[in-house]
Amino acid sequence: MSRSTQAPKALRGAGNWIDDRFHLAKTGEKNLRKVFPNHWSFMLGEIALYSFIILLLTGVFLTLWFKPSMAEIVYDGSYERLNGVTMSEAYASTLYIDFDVRGGFLVRQIHHWAALIFVSSLVVHMLRVFFTGAFRKPREINWLIGVAIFTLAMLEGLFGYSLPDDLPSGMGVRILQGVMLSLPVIGTYVSMFLFGGEFPGHDIIPRLYMIHILLIPGILLALIAAHFMILWHQKHTQYPGTGRSNKKVVGTPMFPGFAVKAGGFFFFVFAVTVGLSAFVQINPVHLFGPFTPTSITSGLQPDWYMGFMEGSLRLFPNWFDINIAGYAIPTGVLVPGLVIPGLLFGGLAAWPFLEAWITKDKRHHNMADRPRNAPVRTGLGAAGITIYGLLWVAGANDIISETFSISLYALSWFFRFAVIIGPFIAFMVTKRICLGLQRRDRETLEHGYESGTIQQLPSGEFIEVHKESSTDTVHVLQSKEPVERIVVDADGVDDNGVESPEKRSLSGGLRSRLAHWFTKDNISFEGVRPHSGHHLHHGGHSEETAAEQPAATH
Amino acid sequence: MTDTNPNNDNEGIDGSGRVIGTPSSAGGDRLVAAPADPHEEHEGAYPAAETHGRPEEMQRRGERLASLWFVVAFVAGVLFFVAYFWWNSAEIADPRIGQYSNMALGGSLALALFAIGAGMTVWTRQVMPHYEVGSPYDELPSSPEEKGSFGDFFMRSADESGFTKRPLLRRTLLLAMAPLGLAPIVLLRDMGPLPGDVLHSTTWRRGMRMVVEGSHREGPSTWIRAEDLENQPGAMISALPYVEPTEEHPHGLSLNDQAKAVILLIKMPDGAFKPTMTEEQLGWTYNGIIAYSKICTHVGCPAALYEQGTHRILCPCHQSTFDAADGAKVVFGPAHRPLPQLPISVDAEGYLVADGDFSSAVGPTFWDAERGA
Repeated sequence: MSRSTQAPKALRGAGNWIDDRFHLAKTGEKNLRKVFPNHWSFMLGEIALYSFIILLLTGVFLTLWFKPSMAEIVYDGSYERLNGVTMSEAYASTLYIDFDVRGGFLVRQIHHWAALIFVSSLVVHMLRVFFTGAFRKPREINWLIGVAIFTLAMLEGLFGYSLPDDLPSGMGVRILQGVMLSLPVIGTYVSMFLFGGEFPGHDIIPRLYMIHILLIPGILLALIAAHFMILWHQKHTQYPGTGRSNKKVVGTPMFPGFAVKAGGFFFFVFAVTVGLSAFVQINPVHLFGPFTPTSITSGLQPDWYMGFMEGSLRLFPNWFDINIAGYAIPTGVLVPGLVIPGLLFGGLAAWPFLEAWITKDKRHHNMADRPRNAPVRTGLGAAGITIYGLLWVAGANDIISETFSISLYALSWFFRFAVIIGPFIAFMVTKRICLGLQRRDRETLEHGYESGTIQQLPSGEFIEVHKESSTDTVHVLQSKEPVERIVVDADGVDDNGVESPEKRSLSGGLRSRLAHWFTKDNISFEGVRPHSGHHLHHGGHSEETAAEQPAATH
Repeated sequence: MTDTNPNNDNEGIDGSGRVIGTPSSAGGDRLVAAPADPHEEHEGAYPAAETHGRPEEMQRRGERLASLWFVVAFVAGVLFFVAYFWWNSAEIADPRIGQYSNMALGGSLALALFAIGAGMTVWTRQVMPHYEVGSPYDELPSSPEEKGSFGDFFMRSADESGFTKRPLLRRTLLLAMAPLGLAPIVLLRDMGPLPGDVLHSTTWRRGMRMVVEGSHREGPSTWIRAEDLENQPGAMISALPYVEPTEEHPHGLSLNDQAKAVILLIKMPDGAFKPTMTEEQLGWTYNGIIAYSKICTHVGCPAALYEQGTHRILCPCHQSTFDAADGAKVVFGPAHRPLPQLPISVDAEGYLVADGDFSSAVGPTFWDAERGA
């Protein structure tokens, strides 16, 4: 191996040319040395980024032929089965992409698959960030940007789905319009303005097209750029381990390691997307036929990310629909169509600030929480997933009903109850599991791990030999931050019998109650020294074990 | 590869001991960690302790394997072109050929992309060292001096500019901005007409004949006669008003009109109507034939499913269920308003005709839907 300290001449030339204009040598080196922690869960966000790039590339290709026009024409094209059928130019041009442009069908499917993967990876990435507490100070703004990207991605997907003007796609627009109409006072105005008149009119597809290919992608691009600049500046969170701390991040540097790793991963993501598009057909619009507002087929399903909306529209009963002086307020549409997504996105956006307010935690966090070490947060996350998941499954209640021959109405009732009870069960179960894992962690920390070796002591007693965990394991186990347990009595007096000034205000009282709820079940690791337990020393019970039990329960 | 017990390793920073949920150090590849051989000078850009080089043998194998993948990618890339030109654009119009083309193009492209990804991954994992480079997190809040200096600078400058000291200047500037801020909203006014009463009425007029929805609607032979339904209790037809075709609308009706005018014609068996139906509602039927709007009052899907035995109309989108024997009242699901009823009768020639417009506003319930037009 020979050391090459001099860059090749051509490269040096280019580098100098740029540096003469931007003074980049120092910044360049610093950024190429930027460290990315190694963990598979950091690849989730990468999937989202890469599928967004795929969406941009394939989207541009599709615009070469797609005609965003609702002019009615009688089809006379290559797809013979639809010859003579009246349809919009948008639908006809989609057929053209599918049956006249070589690779057009493939690119359209890549675009659709990439959209599904984009939103999926966003969701899983956000779950990772949520459960590890990576949204905490100083990263709240990036979390908010993430929520905005998620919201826009859903809209972007819905609008894109609407463009081909096939039967299911037009029905999605119809439902959107129905939800708009439910808005009190302004509903009909919003609908008439957006559609340029009555449904479906001639304007909605050109308008959605502009929003889909220009407005939202532009905003998304800006948000993604901001997301990355902030991430770059603040650096990633990292999981606990030897050598890692709130002050120091450990991982693979951008150049050369991460660049090649991430590049390879981009190709994997692209390959999977293309492979799915080649062999798993999606959205075959030629089989659905053009949209007409008068026809429908049963078993219609939206793209997966709209499923929870579909489910909530199906489940929410009409019992609360009211009529004030003859004016209708259709809560049966308003609540599932607007309030539920509002709660979802609003709740996500508010959470970092809510948690910081409850825990009064103003510190910087660079170490990812292990989900078990934040049992209430993890439990709430599980409850959220449960609500979302049940609504999502309920969006397919007709399919389930048919497949398993269950009464559709019984199924709807089941989901109505499950969506309310499910999250409570999920919360409690998850929290208990977290606390159990915390106890086991403390046990491992104190006594080492079970080696599987059974020994007989001279006294005749059989014991399992515990061995010392690795330093890395010890680091991870010790990463649990001490939690100050906040105790509230019924009369709002703390442990020392002093009433805190905070409790006198309503919000302060609420806060301290929440803080109590947040911390009351904490398993304290205080005073636990690694490998100090009796299993390792066989010296009989020591004082450490005495400290174990009282802290575990409240 | 080191093959150590994952739990007995105490070797500091690159310990490969793992706990579930913590990062793997991507394989125990520390065989040739630089410090192991003090005579070999470390040549990398990062400190030797943070760079875990791969054994030469592994690197050689890695190079061969990665190159093999890259060659595969090249071949697959060439196959992509072959697949592209194998069929011409006229041939792919046949859905079967189109499918083959899709699989050939997609398959070769996926393979090419995968192979590049695989090659690069082999390159990082077998040729390049494994890095565990430490780097400090930046101290985020600025020092109090910096903050103080900034605040001082900002306020001095603001004062000097007059913005803080000269309220007239400040207030008139804000005043100047107000109309401009509203301008974009006003400019959107012409996006669409005001709703007015259009949502309360449809194309249906007294005496309009009907055609089956979805059929070619030309000539008297396509008009629906009462006898088409009369003798088939339980029959259901989806229908539209008959309007002379125009150049723009070969079927005579724009989609806007169709979206509001489409009806379900149902022939109820004798005595099936429930006693709760009003005289007026029964008066709008003809010989057991009743017409309801097909557009669901929930969010506007066509309520296209009809169950003869129970006389229930079901919307497949969100399962609102209406009782056709009881004025289309909601019996299950999220819809609230009954489906509007269309008064019908028969003209002198025996064709079914409308007797006026719907009993109430058609489609999703909106703010003033329940008030008369």
